[in-house]
Parts: sequence; structure tokens; C-alpha cells
Amino acid sequence: MTTPSDAALRVDAVSVAFGTRRVLDRVSLTVGPGEVVCLLGPSGSGKSTLLQVVAGLREPDSGTVWWAGADLAGVPAHRRRFGLVFQDPLLFPHLDVVGNVGYGLRAAGRPGAEVGTRVAGLLELVDLPGFGRRRVATLSGGEAQRVALARALAPDPRLLLLDEPFGALDRDLRDRLAVDVRALLHRLGTPAVHVTHDLAEAQLVGDRVVRLADLGAAGGFDPTGRGSVP
Amino acid sequence: MGAAPLRAWVLAIVPVGVLLAFLAWPVAVLLAHSLSGRSVEVLQQPSVWRVVGFTLGQALLSTLLTLAVALPGTFVLHRYAFPGRRALLAVATVPFVLPTVVVGLAFRALLPPSWVGTLGVILLAHVFFNYAVVVRVVGGLWAHLDPRYEQVARALGATPWRAFRTVTWPLLRPAVAAAAALVLLFTFTSFGVVLVLGGPTTVTLEVEIYRRTAQLLDLSGAAGLALLQLGALGVVLLVSARLQARVAVAQRLRTDPAETTVRPRRPGQLVLLGGVLASIGVLLVAPMVALVYRSVRVGDGFGLAWWRALADVDAGTTGFSAPLAALRVSLGYAAVATVVAVVVGGLAACAVAYARHGASLLDAGLTLPLGTSAVTVGFGLLLAYGRPPLDLRGSWGMVPLAHALVAVPLVLRTVLPVARSVDPRLRQVAATLGAAPLRTWATVDLPQLARALGVGAGFAFAVSLGEFGATAFLARADSPTLPVQVVRLLGRPGEQSLGTAMALATVLMVVTALAVLVTERLRAGRPGQL
Repeated sequence: MTTPSDAALRVDAVSVAFGTRRVLDRVSLTVGPGEVVCLLGPSGSGKSTLLQVVAGLREPDSGTVWWAGADLAGVPAHRRRFGLVFQDPLLFPHLDVVGNVGYGLRAAGRPGAEVGTRVAGLLELVDLPGFGRRRVATLSGGEAQRVALARALAPDPRLLLLDEPFGALDRDLRDRLAVDVRALLHRLGTPAVHVTHDLAEAQLVGDRVVRLADLGAAGGFDPTGRGSVP
Repeated sequence: MGAAPLRAWVLAIVPVGVLLAFLAWPVAVLLAHSLSGRSVEVLQQPSVWRVVGFTLGQALLSTLLTLAVALPGTFVLHRYAFPGRRALLAVATVPFVLPTVVVGLAFRALLPPSWVGTLGVILLAHVFFNYAVVVRVVGGLWAHLDPRYEQVARALGATPWRAFRTVTWPLLRPAVAAAAALVLLFTFTSFGVVLVLGGPTTVTLEVEIYRRTAQLLDLSGAAGLALLQLGALGVVLLVSARLQARVAVAQRLRTDPAETTVRPRRPGQLVLLGGVLASIGVLLVAPMVALVYRSVRVGDGFGLAWWRALADVDAGTTGFSAPLAALRVSLGYAAVATVVAVVVGGLAACAVAYARHGASLLDAGLTLPLGTSAVTVGFGLLLAYGRPPLDLRGSWGMVPLAHALVAVPLVLRTVLPVARSVDPRLRQVAATLGAAPLRTWATVDLPQLARALGVGAGFAFAVSLGEFGATAFLARADSPTLPVQVVRLLGRPGEQSLGTAMALATVLMVVTALAVLVTERLRAGRPGQL
């Protein structure tokens, strides 16, 4: 258990409106070091928008995002070192598996040899050894999502943001991947925010499960900003 | 052939006949003519090779410049949300449908006379004309590109520029290549623009062919150049095909504008928006406004003298009709050309759609006029049918026939996808209900094709109104079309002729814009198409 002061990520009263529609209304949330928080909510409830705000891809209308006590306002997405995985793998279709997984390492200017060994290691980690030269179009849904996960982990992110990462997969595969991801995150010690609309999946993956509806002004007021599912 | 309501070869008779008689035969005559000794001599003149060099050089420069100006515009018009965006998108696409002669006149109206004849003004006019090609072809893809690809790259540590360079650009490249190939083709065969704006040193192959035919009466030399033009065009088409052959990457596309557009807020975004608005204003809107302005600018003041001259026989070039008579001529030709193009193109589309064998050959053959230059079509028709023993030049039908030839590929391309998409099971149902093949076609296929045929007709009408390349060779002296009348007025000295040309070009601009506007109304927007 963590208190807000030693939290890794702290989201403080963030609001976002699209035109007149308030998508996020003063939402607050904290994530402790190494903690995996599952965020539960129906589609259209603003979960993805919240992740975009945390990732630095969308500016909130008001509110603050803190990392280890520092305000992230004005820090662009590429300097935050927050990994992001969407429901669709969104593998770059013009690159092969190596090109996708190594993308972040090359963006960071790592030498080619290092990129090669690290990518090979990551592919082992997600249980896809030897997939490096495969074209992404030839991957199955589960394989593609594993590659997307390896790609997000490659630049060694401080925080992982998972936006319904198994939503497009069938039940069987989803459960298996959920177990794998939970084990992986705990092994790496990377804190994560995992968004889903599936309570079973949330309980399987998360150290803590919270409902988005409980985090904002519209829901019950939670002074700790850490609402949780009873 | 159970699925086809009519036998394809029956449908193909008329299109193939037209293709052979009015495209293949004239080109064959042209080739035969160009192989005579005098024609080969032409190729040994250094001045000819300077023309070839200029034609290629200006086409490449025009293409690069168009991409440089239009790509930022494409991005802003498709990815930024701001008031008036849709209206601006419509404005940006107007120039492409304008007749080349109008484009030339518009830049004459905008720029000081000393600019006429320079490379710069030709490049500007080509950017004006082809801006919409890039906006439509690249924008069709860019508008639907999933923004999350870039977001993933950003989250992986890529700067905005790096994310664009390594993710967005590779995904866009097939569309950019396709647009570049089209612009290269259009600017390589540019005729009307260069004829109106060019000078002694800025001559393209097309203009040189026309000059030798019409002014020097050097048919052999012109035929040699036409051969050269066909060869060079072959190379350009090959390069275009290469550019487009890159494997288009399968990718996820988004259709909800709320997901793909952003409201520009940051200083950099606002500067880009401002720059694009300014370039559209200066490059696209100003020439059109200048044309109208010059048509009412009389001496040091304003007046309608040039507009009144449109109805004045003395201001005309035929000696017995006013300049505005050209409007009636053009509308008449356009009506005939539209009917011919719709019948030939519609039959061809059905034939290609129903055919088991030879479909792609027929398709390619009828699309050929799109790749052939209009000047070659006109010159070929002139050589094949404009001299004894078969001199049809005096006949009324040559001009609309040439227009129809140029318009058939557009009708074919518009109707073919719809003809292919008709569910064959509907025809089987009709057949089991006792409908004979022709009745099946008329009651099942035709109603579904009606809309596409209407769109094709609109395009054919607009193309005919503005067609100048082929018409310049074939128009009768006593009944010029609107573009021909404009150029003839331009060729006469005096302020009144220039002013009247401006007024007549304004008429042509408005009539064409109206035709296209009606057509656009008919057409549901499809991405990635012109």
C-alpha cells in the first residue's frame, strides 16, 4: 500500500471536455511504485482519454499529472518514457517485427548491435523467439499483441499504460495473456495502469481495481484519490 | 457467362469500333507519317532537344514544387479542425476542374506582363492547377490515417518530427507517389497553360507540335515531334507506374473526424495553419479573383465595356459573330460529346465488368486517351481525317468526337466500379422471373448505374467545355469554342481584346464550375479518388 506522497504517478483533478461533452471531470488517481492498477469502466467513459493525458498525447483542460513528485505539464510525450499499448496492436505495417520492437531504442539513439540483442531478449520475454524477421501482416492477433507489448517495454518505460490490450482477442487467449502480463510486470517491477471493461480480467491482472466513475467529481468523493472496488 | 445479363462482346462492339477508328487509326497514321525522312530530320535539330529538356525539366520542377506547397496544405485541410475547413477544401479543389486556358488567363491577370514567358509563371500555374490532385489523392488517405500510430511512436520516445518521418511518411508514401505520378503526367503534357503563359524560351513539346502544325504548316516536323512525345510519354508513364508499384501497406484506417483531427492550439500549429491559409489565398484564390477584377477594369476605372464587347460582332474574331457566340458553340459540342462519351464509356464499363476474357485489354485500350496527350489525339485525328480523300475537318462532328474520346476514360473509371459491384444473384432472380437478358440489364443493372452515369456525364460535360489541346487542331475557323475564342482574342493586340478575353474566360470559369458543382452533388465522397 502506498500513500499519495510516495506514489509514482499521481493524477490530480484532471478534466477534459470534447466541445460541450465532459469526458473527464476532475479525475484523480495514484499509482504506487511497481503497482498494477486496473481501471474499470464501460466504453466511452473516458478511460482512453485519461491514458492519453497521462501519456502526454492530450493536454487536459485543467488538472495536473505528477511523476515522482514532479509536475509533467509541458513535458512532451517522447520525454515521459511512459509505454503505451492499445486494444489494436497498431504495429507499424511498413516495418517487420524487429523494426517494430526496436523502434523506441533507435529513437533513443542506441547503437544497432545493442538494439539487436535487446530485441531478441524481449522477443524471448514475450514468448516469440525467432519472430524477428516476420512481416507484421503474417502475425496472429495474439502474436501481434505480444509484439506490441515487447515494443512498449523495449525503451524500458517508467510506467506502462495498457488500453484494453486484450479487448480484440478471444476469451481463451485473453485469459492466458492476462496471466502472462501480470507475471511479466511483476518480474520487471514496472508500474502500470491497465484499462478494461472486463471485471474478471481486471481482477486477474491488477493489484488494485478501481472504477473510473468513482475517481471523478461525478462519482463519490474520495479524499485519497484512490477509490477501489469493494 | 451465366452471371452476365448480356454478352460482353456485343456490348464491346461500339467501344472497340470507336477506339480503333478514332484512336488507333489516327495514331497509326501519325506514326507512318513520322517515319518519313523529313520527320527524322527534325530530331537532329538541337533546338528540338532543348524543347524536350525544357518539357521534362519543368514537369519535374512543377511536381516537386506542387508537393512542397500542397502537402502541408493537405495535412492542415484534413487533420486540423477549424471553422470553414470544408469550405476551404472545396475552394482548394476548384482550380483542378478549371480549363487550362482559364488558368493561363488568371495568371496573366494576376501578374505583371513582364512575368509572361518565364519559367516561374508556368510553375506557379502548374501548382495552382495540381494543388487539388495532391489534396485529393494524399488527403483521402491522410484523413483516415489512424493517429494512434503516431501516438505509439511518441510514447516510444520519438520526437514529433521523428514520428512523422519514420511512421506517418512511410504510410503516406504510396499515396504521395500516386499523386506525384499524376502531376508529372499532367505537367509533362501541359498545353493550354504553356501556350497562354509561355514565351520563346519556354516551349513544351505539345506547344511546339501545335506551333509547327498551325503556324509553320510543317506537318512532317510536327509528326516527328509527336513520335518523340509519345516515346517520352511512354517513359513518363513507366516512371509513374514504377512510383505507384510500391506495395501499398495494409493499415488500419479511421473514419471518425473526431478521432483524426485536432484543434490547432500550439504556436507551431497556428503558424502552420496561417501559412497554409496564406498560400491558398495567394496561389489559389488570388488568380481567380484577379481574372474577374481584370474583366471589369477599364482604363483607370471600372466598367462593363469588356462584358458588353462579348455581344459585339466587331469585337469577335470571325467577322460575323460576337465572342459570346462561342458559348453556344461550346454548350452544343459539350452536349453531343457528353452523349457520345456516356454511351461509349457506359457500354465499355459493362463490357469490361461482364467479360471473362480480354477485360483488362479493353480497359487499358479505352483508358489510353487519358495517357495520350490531347494534342496527339487532335493531331492524329487531323492527319487521319482532315485531309483528302476523307476531309472531315469541315464537318461539325470532329470536335465533339475528340472531346468524347478524352472524356470516355473518365466515364469508364466512374461507372466500372459500380458495374462490377452489381450483385449477380439479382440478375439470376430476374432471369428466373422470366426476364430476357436485355430486360434484366435494363431493370436490374441500369437503375444501379444511373447515378454513376450521371456523374460521368457531368465530368464529360466539364471536360468538353474546357478541352483545348485537341480542339486547337480541329476547331473550324467560323465556330470557335470558348477556350479557342479566348486564345484567339489573346492573340490580337489591343486593350479591348485582352479585356474581352478576360471577360470570356470568366464566363468559361463560371460555366465549368457550375457543371462540376452539380456533378459533385451527385457523387458520394469516396476517399483516394480524384
